[in-house]
Amino acid sequence: DIAETCFEYLNMELVQYFFSTATTEAANYKLEKLGIRVGQKLAERYTKDRPRFNEKIDIIKFICKDFWIELFKKQIDNLRTNHKGVYVLTDSKFRWIVRLSTDTNQNTKTEAEKYVVFPCGIIKGALESLGVQCVVKAEIGTFPACSFTIKIS
Amino acid sequence: MNRNQNLQKLGEQAYNKIEKINGELFTLTYGAIVCQLIKELDSLDEVNNQLDKMGYNIGLRLIDEFLARSNLGRCRDIKETAEVITKVGFKMFFGVTANVANFNPKKQSFLIQLEDNPLIDFVELPPQYKDKLSYSNLLCGVIRGALEMVQMKVVCTIKKCPLKGDEITEIKVKLIEILTTEIPVGDE
Repeated sequence: DIAETCFEYLNMELVQYFFSTATTEAANYKLEKLGIRVGQKLAERYTKDRPRFNEKIDIIKFICKDFWIELFKKQIDNLRTNHKGVYVLTDSKFRWIVRLSTDTNQNTKTEAEKYVVFPCGIIKGALESLGVQCVVKAEIGTFPACSFTIKIS
Repeated sequence: MNRNQNLQKLGEQAYNKIEKINGELFTLTYGAIVCQLIKELDSLDEVNNQLDKMGYNIGLRLIDEFLARSNLGRCRDIKETAEVITKVGFKMFFGVTANVANFNPKKQSFLIQLEDNPLIDFVELPPQYKDKLSYSNLLCGVIRGALEMVQMKVVCTIKKCPLKGDEITEIKVKLIEILTTEIPVGDE
């Protein structure tokens, strides 16, 4: 394992690079793509020694618990579903945005929005490598809370 | 205990105390960044430069945490700097030990040798990249950035890399000049 600061600063460079070299739309697209690749590989590693999942809900629970702990050192705080393939995972203190701060709350939120795209990709990539095709979107609630909405397709 | 052993111990203690994160996440993220840069930029030289630049920005920030946690004073000379980077810096942030080799007092240069390079796990380089891509150039940038904040201007280059078939990773560090702190006009 390595120091968290190293990752934090690498993540900052990653986000800065894309948002300074591409339009917001293109940056979001690229960051998500990058996240997908990372998420696929991480999920492969974390699931190789466990039995296959039977139900989709077990996969979602795996993401909320084990996967989240590996990456963010805590579990998802709240999981809601409409029982029609939409799952909302809320992390009340999302670790990758906690330390961001700018002059105003609005600006901090805008800045934080850049930092939740890559994790959306990671979740999507992880789910896809476990056989669940989906769309993942993030929404920052009351900073630093973040909700990830997974729509299974 | 001699000084190097002390530094080693300091590095271990700092690593034990520091907040850590899953190393695979870091390595895979870095790998994805390198791939993306290869796709986006026109040449591998540009990729190397961009990796160095990202590392430089990281180094500029990382030095603060390093100084705060290590509590070490100013190094007497470049030789001591070399020991501090390898024994304390690499251990504290990456959990790996590094060695100093080929210290050259005349040229003010040395080599950092890494048996475990945290950036290259699970990586295989396609043959067409082996010659020109400095995959671990981020580390060069980190060292350059961090040292610049303590007034040392250095040049860092990757000399050896297991991805190219070498046994270890080797980074050459050469001191160019000691920067003098200029106090901005109007500052006291």
